[in-house]
Amino acid sequence: MGITFLCAFSILAITAYLVWELWINSVLPRHQFGFNFLRTQTWDPVAGQFGALPFIYGTLVTSAVALVIAVPLGVGSAVFLAELAPPALSDALAFLIELLAAVPSVIYGLLGIFILVPGLRIIEPYLKAVLGWTPLFSGPFYGVSLFSAGVVLSVMIVPFIISISREVIRAVPNDQREAALALGATRWETVWDAVLPFASRGIAGSIFLALARSLGETMAVTMVVGNDPKIKASLLAPGYSIAAVIANEFTEATGELYTQSLIELGLVLFALTVIINGAARLMMAASERGKV
Amino acid sequence: MTRKLALLLPLAMMASGAFAQNVLINGAGATFPYPMYSKWFDEYHKKFPTLQFNYQSIGSGGGIQQVTQGTVDFGATDGPMNDKQLMDFQEKRGNGVLHFPTVMGAVVPVYNIAGVTAQLNFTGEALAGIFLGTITKWNDPMIAKANPGVNLPGNDIVVVHRSDGSGTSYIWVDYLSKVSKDWETKVGRGTSVNWPVGLGGKGNEGVSGQVKQTPNSIGYVELIFARQNKMPFGKVKNAAGVFVEASLASVTADAAGAVKEIPDDFRVSITNSPGKESYPISSFTWLLVPSKIQDATKKKAIADFVKWMLTDGQAMATALDYAPLPKPVVAKELKAIAKIQ
Repeated sequence: MGITFLCAFSILAITAYLVWELWINSVLPRHQFGFNFLRTQTWDPVAGQFGALPFIYGTLVTSAVALVIAVPLGVGSAVFLAELAPPALSDALAFLIELLAAVPSVIYGLLGIFILVPGLRIIEPYLKAVLGWTPLFSGPFYGVSLFSAGVVLSVMIVPFIISISREVIRAVPNDQREAALALGATRWETVWDAVLPFASRGIAGSIFLALARSLGETMAVTMVVGNDPKIKASLLAPGYSIAAVIANEFTEATGELYTQSLIELGLVLFALTVIINGAARLMMAASERGKV
Repeated sequence: MTRKLALLLPLAMMASGAFAQNVLINGAGATFPYPMYSKWFDEYHKKFPTLQFNYQSIGSGGGIQQVTQGTVDFGATDGPMNDKQLMDFQEKRGNGVLHFPTVMGAVVPVYNIAGVTAQLNFTGEALAGIFLGTITKWNDPMIAKANPGVNLPGNDIVVVHRSDGSGTSYIWVDYLSKVSKDWETKVGRGTSVNWPVGLGGKGNEGVSGQVKQTPNSIGYVELIFARQNKMPFGKVKNAAGVFVEASLASVTADAAGAVKEIPDDFRVSITNSPGKESYPISSFTWLLVPSKIQDATKKKAIADFVKWMLTDGQAMATALDYAPLPKPVVAKELKAIAKIQ
């Protein structure tokens, strides 16, 4: 028992130490910019002006795009694999999906550059023809964009959603299904009304994990996002993310204020992850209570 | 007899050295000269097996930081340390730091314009205008004027720059700052700057990939990278008014043109220096050596290496696509070695 306690406690200690280090190493920009660090849009290392808003925006938008694509795809696949597919096929596909989760992110970035971006160039005119009336899909498209990064991220996180959701759905007691079928429910109704609600907590958990990965993803994002710290309404415009700018600029950052601003960005990313995960958990707890 | 002894002496010294402790000298810094440095350190190690140089290419910023904190014996950078950094160094270490130019590199404009196969000419004003976002079309008179006979399209220019902090960007914006007042006041110099327009690509390969894939785009990469990947690149107008294609010879010529202005501490930008054959977007890359090294063996090893690098080492540069230093600079540096105390 003592050992397990120590293990659990070490996680807490590591997290606390991490926050502490980020905190004490970002004193300068916190004093100089205060909350303006989070509110302003200029990132000018030469003039010593640092504002994180475009990076926060880019991080949130790319992750949101990724979730919008990956959640329906992932949950749908999981339902098929767990409920409908023959077990042999299901196991084979699940193996492949877990393999996908193990592919290094730089490989996804390369796939993004060489396959996804040229592909998006082809479908972009159609995308604009259908959705061009919204500001989200307006403006010139250079191949690299927030949208491209979101799509690459969705491919990266979908294996997490599928493989965890599949296990969770399979763990739903058979009584649930039999009861629903006995009441005359169709197969679809059984899945939708009896199985998925039972598995919702686990599926939500898989989505959080996926979200956490997409918020912090660095390499694949920086390769396709365009790395331009500006906030534009269009998803087809280039953007930037927090993790990407840290990876890009930290090695060559000179001067205390500059490096500390990058460290503060790390702190912001950490806070963002905590806030989003916390909010999602609260939402889930609220909906659980609503059900009862 | 004396000749025999003289021949034996270094051998005996080497043999005794072999029994003595091996000397490990740590360095860190710029990534751009890394292939050159690793070649040099390797050759030097073969010559003196007891001496081992360990170089980590963590970036110029990291190199400056680590040599200032004393975690490495020497640093390396693509941009000279500024006055504030020198003061920091003096404060922390109680002595100065010496800059030794080692080789030179150049940065070239690369572009991808549908239907244009000719090698384009760029003036400094045109490049600054494009990267400032004031020149937005390929058929802008500023570009067209320098390229008579080339049918430039009226498409929007897509600018691609480096997203990672880099010495390559420093050389590029340093040049733009020299040719354009607007650039100097609005953007300025740095390894990362607040780019007015454009997309960011990670590394030379990120920029070149982006340029290849995006129609009507322009970017900049290191000359070595363009040469090794057989990428076409534009000529740039130098201070003497001649459009020059970057080559190892024209880069060395650029430094030769700047020789008169090279200060004793070698902290100098040689972009846009005079001379008809000079390619204007060139730069030194430097070793950073503390002016006082406590450990006598390390001090001697570093001083000897710098000397070897400036003489025998320079001959290896062109094979790796680096431009060697012009002779007057080498002579000046050889004198400066004595400053390592």
